[in-house]
Parts: sequence; structure tokens; C-alpha cells
Amino acid sequence: MSTTAEAIDTNTGNLRAADFDGERAFEGTLGDITTREPRMECRAVNVWYDANHAIREVSLDIGKHEVVAMIGPSGCGKSTFLRCLNRMNDTIPAARVTGSIKLDGREVLDRGIDVVPLRAQVGMVFQKPNPFPKSIYENIAYGPRIHGLVNHKSELDELVETSLKRAGLWNEVKDRLGQPGTGLSGGQQQRLCIARTIAVSPEVILMDEPCSALDPIATAVIEELIAELKQDYSIAIVTHSMQQAARVSERTAYFHLGDLLEVGATAQIFEDPQHHLTRAYVTGRFG
Amino acid sequence: MSQFLLLAVVLAAMAFAFQVGRNRAIRTAGGPTGIKDLHSLPAYYGWYVAIWAGLPALLVLLAWVGLEERIITLLLVQGLPPSLTEGLSDGRVGLLVNDIKNLATGGITSGDPTPAVQAAAERYRRWLGIADAARWALVLVVVLGGLSVAWRRLSPAFRARNRVEATLLGILVLFSSIAILTTLGIVLSVLFESVLFFQRVPWTEFLFGTQWSPQIALRADQVGASGAFGAVPLFTGTLLISAIAMLIAVPIGLLSAIYLSEYAAPRLRAWSKPTLEVLAGIPTVVYGFFAALTVAPFMRELGESIGLDVASESALAAGAVMGIMIIPFVSSLSDDVINAVPQSLRDGSYALGATQAETIKRVILPAALPGIVGGVLLAVSRAIGETMIVVMAAGLAANLTANPLESVTTVTVQIVTLLTGDQEFDSAKTLAAFALGLTLFAVTLTLNVIALHIVRKYREQYE
Repeated sequence: MSTTAEAIDTNTGNLRAADFDGERAFEGTLGDITTREPRMECRAVNVWYDANHAIREVSLDIGKHEVVAMIGPSGCGKSTFLRCLNRMNDTIPAARVTGSIKLDGREVLDRGIDVVPLRAQVGMVFQKPNPFPKSIYENIAYGPRIHGLVNHKSELDELVETSLKRAGLWNEVKDRLGQPGTGLSGGQQQRLCIARTIAVSPEVILMDEPCSALDPIATAVIEELIAELKQDYSIAIVTHSMQQAARVSERTAYFHLGDLLEVGATAQIFEDPQHHLTRAYVTGRFG
Repeated sequence: MSQFLLLAVVLAAMAFAFQVGRNRAIRTAGGPTGIKDLHSLPAYYGWYVAIWAGLPALLVLLAWVGLEERIITLLLVQGLPPSLTEGLSDGRVGLLVNDIKNLATGGITSGDPTPAVQAAAERYRRWLGIADAARWALVLVVVLGGLSVAWRRLSPAFRARNRVEATLLGILVLFSSIAILTTLGIVLSVLFESVLFFQRVPWTEFLFGTQWSPQIALRADQVGASGAFGAVPLFTGTLLISAIAMLIAVPIGLLSAIYLSEYAAPRLRAWSKPTLEVLAGIPTVVYGFFAALTVAPFMRELGESIGLDVASESALAAGAVMGIMIIPFVSSLSDDVINAVPQSLRDGSYALGATQAETIKRVILPAALPGIVGGVLLAVSRAIGETMIVVMAAGLAANLTANPLESVTTVTVQIVTLLTGDQEFDSAKTLAAFALGLTLFAVTLTLNVIALHIVRKYREQYE
């Protein structure tokens, strides 16, 4: 699929070259950015990579017990926004973030805040499964150990077991906890990473295209897992699959060239989008 | 001189053959528009003809240069009157032949030449002339022959590219086998000399004896006439100095690698890493006099000031300087290995709320450990084989001691001592050097194989 401005302009009636040149005026996010019980509140978040203005004036709430999906074409800033939520952008020297992000009413972007407890509260699962080259047990035990969450070996054993059970991996690995996590299949590795995140009892779980490296069956398993996890956690998920966004999320946010164009209930975004670009994207006319 | 002229002629013929082949290919295809009908690009046909014209001729020339002298000498010796060579040893005949050759080429001869020798010299000169002409003729015939063979094969369907590439492959294989065969030759020559040594001195004495004094007496009644070849003091000396070197190089190298790869700002890293690697560019002989003139006296004075007796050629001084030499080796290898740990593992650790120190200690170093161990083993084999620093800074006396303040000697130092200057190559003393070299080679080879195996195994983990 071509995304050059010219091709789109000639192929589709309601897309304009100006929509893609990055210089157009942005009139504000359509739809309701707030939610009933917010856990994270982001207001006017901007990110620069050196001189490149990667995301602009993004405001969005993430509620308790809900899944927020972020969709949009490649390079639209959805992953960048996700990485702001637990300050993972700190590891990129060129990145600069402004605006306000609050977790349970406390400011996250404050320079003075300690990122260590923040990241324990806001966990993250990455695009490519990245288990540590340690045993399955050690992969889960890593987080609780560094945060001093457990005092005894027995408590740790129990925590490892519950985390693996919640990630739906326990039955597959309970007999080989001592084997390396890198020896699992891709889908198992990703569930191991989710279990590892759960083990430090976060409030929010960020998922950056968690299924893009997985086959359809492994993807279905992860999607079921997400549906279960939202009972206890807030989940923000970046995905390239619109079907996945439609299946797992309550609310969907459409990003376009660094702007948050439209937010709304997932059903409404997919059935009756207000912005013509959202409509073009969800109906598959570009992306 | 005539050889080089001939070589130039062959090369010129190759250039000519290239043009001829290329043009003929284009012509047989029916001009530039027909090139797409050729199996290969025209240049490949050119190369094919050039190879046929040049390669056989060059091989013939090479063989000729190798054999000419021998054949002519053989003819010369056979042509001498029997009275002249009767009762002479091979060596004497060789001297006579040299005389004849010198006379023929106008060099200095020993004594006044007899008429028989003069006649032989005359014959030698004539044969040289014939050989020269024959060489030219043969090489040119081979060039023309090759040219015509290739010429006749050219046709649009001829698979010139495949032939040229096969030839190139053959040349590459030849050159890589030269490197391997050279290594093999070195190993074998050391091995044969060592076997000679072990015929005189039992290997049990060599490997397990604790007395090293390789001097063989000139007279039977001299003190210490027998010589002793127990190499244990040399091995322990080498180990002691290497251990001191590693004690210095591993912590400094590893910690600086961690700092440079994980903490240092890019700008600091950009100039500090090359600066560290400058250490690796200092010639070892410079380290040697740094050790002998600066560090060793400093250590001795330091020891004296706290009441210790430090030898002026202490193992400590040599080991310390060797350690400094190895720092860049350890740090550079560790740095590579640490950088090879994927960023995704760091991200995964940070995302769980780990600090940078926790991430390094619990994720990056364990992941990089096999590679670091491999790097350290490579550094150890370097330390064991290092020569110049210990020649200048370590002692010569083979003391069996574990005290770093005393003077010890190493395997490499003894090899240098045994082989420096004019030596007869049939005494146990000289041959001992080869046995030491073989031992050294076996140890470093084993270490390198283990290290490379570990490094490679580790590399596979992330792919």
C-alpha cells in the first residue's frame, strides 16, 4: 500500500496531500479524551527528538480496568507516547518531553521523581519478547528481588507461581522452571515477559505491539490474557492490527503524524469515526 | 634481469589477450547489439583468454626458475673429469662447483684455476646462454599455445564467466592454503627439533624436574657439567608473572569497559576509548624499559621503605607492566561483548524499575560473562607468550618461588637466552629452546581454542 501523498490523493476521494505533509494546522483532538475513573491523566504532552517534534499536544486519560488501544500509521508517535508513560524515553539521550502526565494524581514528568518506583507501578511489555538470558524462574524473580518485595524463598516461589499462572504460562513451564527463558517459543516468551511485569504488581501495563512478532494462535492467547488482566490493571496497548484493537480495547485513540486526532469508544471509532483520516485508516484506505 | 623482462612480456601478452578475447566475443555475437546473446559479459571472455595466455606461461616460468640452477649444476658435475672429483666429499664438490661458477661470472676464485676448471667454466657459461634462450622460447610458445586454445573455444554459448570464476576460486584457495601450510610448517619444525631434544633429555625430567641450568660443560670435569633441564621453575615463573598481570589488567580493563560502554557520555567515549587503545599501540620494547628503568627501581625503593626485600628484577614489576600492556586488550574485548548485549534486555530491565547499576550487575554482566571470560583467556595467552617486557624486566635465574618480590624467569626469556647469538644446533641446550617453544605453543593454542569456543558459543545466543 502506498502512503505517498500523491498516490493517496488520486486513489481516495476524502484524503488530501496536505493531510500528510506535516505542516497542516491541527484543530484539536476529536472525541472525549477523559474517562470515568482515570488512573493516568496526560495533558498537552510534547516530545522532541532533537529538533524533530515527534508528538504534539497529546492529551489522553487511561482509566482503571480498561484497555486503551493506540492505532495509527507507522511513525505517528504512538510508541513514543507510550514510552512517555513510564519515562522509558529517559534512556534516549536526544528525547525531550514536556507537558503533564499524572499517575493517581502524582506528576510523572517531574524531574525530581524517582523513575524506579514509577516503572514498578507502570510496567511495560515490548514488541519483541525480551526474556533475560536466565532461567524462567529467575526471569520472574528478577523484579521482586530488586524491589525487595519478598523476604523468603517460599514467598518468592509463591510469587513466581502466581505470576506465571496469571500469565497463563504455569501449566506449560511448571516442570522446567530452571531452564532458560530464551528456550521458550515466541508466544511463551512474550507471556513470560508479561508474567515478569505482573510480578512487581504494577497498576498500569503498557504494551508496545506485543503480538507483532507472534503467530495467530500465540496472538489469540495473548489477547485472551489481556482481557483477563484488565480486571486488575489499566492497559495501554499500541497495535498495528485494527482487528486486535477492536477485539481487546474499550477505547481507541487514533494517532496521525504526531497528533492525537480522535479518541472514543472502540465501537464508535471503528463504526462511526468523525475525522476523515480516522475513517480512511480504519477502513483500510492507507496505513 | 632477463627474468623480469620475460615476466613483463608475459603480462603484456595477457593484456593483449584480454583485448583480443573481448573484441572477438563481441564480434562473434554480431557487434555491441548482440551482447545479450553472449552467455557472459564480454570482459569475461577477455579474462578467459588472458588467463589461458598468462597462467600456464607463468607456471612454466616458475618451474623453470626453480629447476634451472639445479639441472645445470648436475650437468656440470657430471661433465667434470673424474680425476677432479674423485675422493671428494659432497661439500668439497660443492665448493669446486662454486669456484667454477665464480670463474664463469667473473667473481673471485680460490687459488689459480686449473685448465680443467677453466674448461668447465666455459661450458657453464655456454649452458647459461642456451638456458636463457630456451626459457624465452618455451615461455613464448606456451603463451601463444594458450592463446590459441582459448581463441578456438570462444563462441557466444561458451560459459566464460563460470570458467573465470572457477579460476579465481582456485587462486583464492591456493593463497589461503599458503597461510595454513606455513603455520603447519612452523609447528612441524618446532616439533621435530623438540623430538631431537627429548631423545637426549627424557620428557618426564623436562616437565617435572625442578632444576633448570641448561649450560653444557665444555670439559668433562667442569662444575655442573651435565646441565639440568627441569622446566618447572620456568612454568611457575611464567604463571606468577601472568597471574600478576591479569590481577592488574582484568579489574582495570573490565571496570573501564563497563564505565565506557554504559555510563560515559558519547563525547567522552569518543576520545577516551581511542586513548585507551593507544596503550595497545606502544611497542612492547618500550614497556620493557619502562619496566626495567622506572617501575622495578620504584618497587624496590617502595619495598625498602616499608622494610621488605624486593629484588630489582622482581616478578611484581614485570607483571605489573605486562598488566598495563594488556589493559586495552581486556577492555576492548569486554567493551565489544557488553555492547553486543541487546538494548532490548536493558529496556526490559529498566521497565521493571531496575536502576542502571542493578541492570549492569544482574542482566548485562551475566549475559556478557561468557564473552568476557573468553576475552580474558585470550589475554592470558597473550601474557604467557609476551617476551620483550620479561626479557628486560624479569630475571634470568630459574628460581622456584611463589613470592612476587623475588626474581623469577619465564619460558620466553629462556628461549631468547638459549638462542641469542651463534649457537650450535645439535646440543641439548639449544634444542631445549624448541621444547620450551612447543610447550608454550601447546598452552597458548589450547587457551585460544577454549576462548574462541566460548566467545563463539556466546555470540550465537542472540541470533
